[in-house]
Amino acid sequence: MNTVRLHTPLTEESIKGLQKGDCVLLSGTIYTARDAAHKRMAESFLSTGVLPLCGKVIYYAGPCPKRPGEVIGSVGPTTSYRMDDYAELFCKNGCPYSIGKGKRDDRAIKAIRASHGVHFDAIGGAGAYYKSCVKSAKAVLYPDLGAEAVYELEVVDFPVVVHII
Amino acid sequence: MKTVACAEVTERVAETIKRAGVRIDDACMNALQEDLPIETGAAKFALDVMINNALLAEKNADPVCQDTGMAVVFVTIGQEVRVTGGSLTDAINEGVRRAYRDNFFRKSVLDPVTRINTGDNTPAVIHYDLVEGDSFDVKIMLKGFGSENMSRLYMLPPSKGLPGVKECVLRTVREAGGNPCPPVLLGVGLGGTMEKAALLSKHALFREIGSINPDPELDRLEKEWTEDLNRLGVGPQGFGGRLTCVATFIEKFPTHLAGLPVAVTVQCHAVRHGGFSL
Repeated sequence: MNTVRLHTPLTEESIKGLQKGDCVLLSGTIYTARDAAHKRMAESFLSTGVLPLCGKVIYYAGPCPKRPGEVIGSVGPTTSYRMDDYAELFCKNGCPYSIGKGKRDDRAIKAIRASHGVHFDAIGGAGAYYKSCVKSAKAVLYPDLGAEAVYELEVVDFPVVVHII
Repeated sequence: MKTVACAEVTERVAETIKRAGVRIDDACMNALQEDLPIETGAAKFALDVMINNALLAEKNADPVCQDTGMAVVFVTIGQEVRVTGGSLTDAINEGVRRAYRDNFFRKSVLDPVTRINTGDNTPAVIHYDLVEGDSFDVKIMLKGFGSENMSRLYMLPPSKGLPGVKECVLRTVREAGGNPCPPVLLGVGLGGTMEKAALLSKHALFREIGSINPDPELDRLEKEWTEDLNRLGVGPQGFGGRLTCVATFIEKFPTHLAGLPVAVTVQCHAVRHGGFSL
């Protein structure tokens, strides 16, 4: 088993040599976004020409509420295919790095490869484990969306597997 | 005549959900642990995270999965039971409301048209079954939608027979791939009408892993299909490998001579359920 350590920001250079099925421990800064946040970001792009989170790693996830004194609640991945409709727009405009779980459609696979990005799978159902990898969290966009807001997460040794490269 | 107080139902529902949300079923955990030495590569990596996740969740009383699900409640109530102190349905929903609020579980339930969240994870999906006697049994599952979205219903023509049913079961799991967070458990409802088959498939998932189906023919099919599913190569989190399906549970009901309804409820590896009797 090939396990590698990666740190954000990801670049075309830093992900060179990764292969499908490689196990990765990711550290650095990632941003949660799922259905509703993707819709808002796409709308924002239409009006401003810029995608929020350009160049960042997007984590398809919506956490549990945090208990008082804690950083975040359980925060495992959600199913990726619901973001397939946005893949082309995001990849073409500087957001080709993502983490989710499960299948992606052909359009998404093509878009990620064409933009020299990478898509990782996290382990579904492992919300408590991923919570333990998060050292800090703050809502940075669309706080009105609650669990679906964009949270900036500082993570250490966050386990993912290369799905599309 | 036995009486059941609504206040007690609320309390017991809240307790059951609190406990269920932070621990996966023991037998499912055992199945994952037994499979760990067999898997390799990304499948082993995934299984290792799943097992450590379950241990961490229980230790810290954290939700196993951030999708703390929609509460599906089966109530079996004897016709000699009298419910006191209000509406039983309201009492169950109040238990759900308290559990999700007090334990910081995610509230995922919303209006399907407006998509506006109800804010407290109610209403629960409640099924009542009226029986003879004075029993009062409640079973609750916290059903996440990664797996629920992969559940399927097929209205087969009778000519397809059992081979057709098996193909539906295999197709459901094959097409779902990693989406429902495998290793999965399957509840299969055979017969009845469309909605009866779906209900059977949900109810079947309360049976204990490793238990024998009282119907020998169904028991044989469960074992055969589980073996076939474990040859699909989907594996933990869809990364390939051996363990795709921990268990298959079948329930049947007489159906119409013109039909063969087949419902398959897919359950993720994070099996979270519980129950109580009063």
